[in-house]
Amino acid sequence: MSENYSNSFLREVEERVEEGHWVKMCMQCGVCAGSCPFGPHWAHPPQEIFMMIRAGKREEVLTSDSMWMCTSCYNCVVRCPRKLPITHIMHGLANYAHRLGIAPKGQPTEHFATLFWNNLAETGRVNELKLSLGIYFRDGFSQGIKNAMAMQSVGLGMLKAKRLNPFELFAPHGVKDKSGFHAMLKKAREIEDRRKPIA
Amino acid sequence: MTDIIATNQTILVVGGGISGMTAALEAAECGKDVVLVEKNPALGGRVSQLYRYFPKLCHPVCGLEINLRRLKQNPRIRVLTMAEVTEITGSEGSYSATVKISPRYVNENCTACGDCSGAVDTEVADEFNYRLGKVRAAYLPHKMAYPQRYVIDPSIIGTADAEKAKAACKYGAIDLGMQEEVVKFQAGAIIWATGWKPYDAAKIQPYGYDRYSNVITSVEFERLADIHGPTGGKILRPSDGKEAKNIAFIQCAGSRDENHLRHCSRICCMASLKQTNYVREAYGDEGKSTIYYIDIRAIDRFEDFYQKVQKDPTVTFIKSKVAKAVQDEKTGDVILHGVNTEGYHRYATPHDLVVLAVGMEPSVRGANIPAEIVADSSGFIEADPANHALFGAGCASNPLDVNRAVQSATASALRAIQVVNRVARVEG
Repeated sequence: MSENYSNSFLREVEERVEEGHWVKMCMQCGVCAGSCPFGPHWAHPPQEIFMMIRAGKREEVLTSDSMWMCTSCYNCVVRCPRKLPITHIMHGLANYAHRLGIAPKGQPTEHFATLFWNNLAETGRVNELKLSLGIYFRDGFSQGIKNAMAMQSVGLGMLKAKRLNPFELFAPHGVKDKSGFHAMLKKAREIEDRRKPIA
Repeated sequence: MTDIIATNQTILVVGGGISGMTAALEAAECGKDVVLVEKNPALGGRVSQLYRYFPKLCHPVCGLEINLRRLKQNPRIRVLTMAEVTEITGSEGSYSATVKISPRYVNENCTACGDCSGAVDTEVADEFNYRLGKVRAAYLPHKMAYPQRYVIDPSIIGTADAEKAKAACKYGAIDLGMQEEVVKFQAGAIIWATGWKPYDAAKIQPYGYDRYSNVITSVEFERLADIHGPTGGKILRPSDGKEAKNIAFIQCAGSRDENHLRHCSRICCMASLKQTNYVREAYGDEGKSTIYYIDIRAIDRFEDFYQKVQKDPTVTFIKSKVAKAVQDEKTGDVILHGVNTEGYHRYATPHDLVVLAVGMEPSVRGANIPAEIVADSSGFIEADPANHALFGAGCASNPLDVNRAVQSATASALRAIQVVNRVARVEG
């Protein structure tokens, strides 16, 4: 085998990426790329990502923002003639890149996903106030104020409907057994790391 | 009452298409008695509905004519039309088959003069032309129909139209009192040659066959090109009758798809390559064919045919499984959306007409055959010893082109002959 073509990255994906073992099944028909509603907006459509994996383009794939653009509409999954779980593979690749720490910095989906997870993992409940403020103030204080002002009516509406409690900012509610919850997450992470180790 | 003389040395052939006819003829010409059962009112099957064969681009009429002449000359073949096998019991060398014969309402006095057809007003969907047009309710199935005998559509029985047809017949050939019959007879071996049917294109939701008039199937396209077809051989699109000069062919419409048919239907690539010739024949350099494909499978020795089509400047190949089709309501054009995987270019290309190269599925899936049978996951009959003396032939056993279907039929005839020869040795 030539130096330029090695399938070591494909093997890495098969071993370490969620649903990665499906990548070799792609027959490059392109129906996923054509079916993607976000298609024109990302650098590499799924079937191109799969080909890049097989061609060993590790850096290009893992640092790409393509898999972060997936909105989980499942159009590709229902149309794939080989029943590849494309959506899940995209999320698997994104997650793998994130765990390796080479996901594109500042990618909005990655930012939100990280924020959401940390938010949830803290108390076992999603604190919506903190979460939305975290998104509003992502690009600095003044932009945050602008964002918050723009969303004012929604916020007030939620407040009135008792869907948003301002005191949550200081005393967030959570699950009853918080330490048990954290122990559970820790164990899950251990199992996951054993099943799909990073290195 | 239909009398059938059959013994354990008789071979039953189910299906009167090219495979069934071939198997029946090969066995009969070896001196075996054969009963040939056909569901439709005439023999010939799907082959009679083709405009041309690949790779030589000759007309199926020719091969059909030869087979029909062989059939007419051979007293050993008993043909039952409008007949379906409903039950098979017994074992190798001693089967008993039950056959249901539907009423044709026309007896053997018919001279195919056509007076009955002229007398009726009711029209029914033209099955021979894949329901693209209509025929009178008293009709000859197609020009080369064997037997050359009209059929009265059951929908007009009991109406004044049926009486009019009867009155118009000078030969006393119309018998409106004809009833369904069930006959039972013996056979030593059975050749199951029920052929294929086009995959139901409406199930492929993104291509909109059920919604868009200008999305048709490859079998319908054959009828458009045929002089006996609904357009008299002109390639006109269904929505407005405009000449369809810019035609897209979508490959693997149903085939090689776990959501539809999991097998490769083998013939569709060659069929579309062949059909680009129809476009060129009709419109010369003005015609334009675009083939959207995953990979072209010009099976066996057909690579040179593929290369010839590749050299044709009016034919374009786009390596892409089309994601979706949308018909423009104003122009009637169908816009195809997808990504060309050679370079990952996104396209949205309008075409006058879109032809779906639909896959083959068995007419009767293995599980629906009224006997214990081993079939593959797509329902095609396997060559398995557990099938004893029930042999699949032609497209009931595999997706095959005409050439290979005939080879398969001859092979199954040979197997059946061996069985009845064994029976003959025992019976003496």
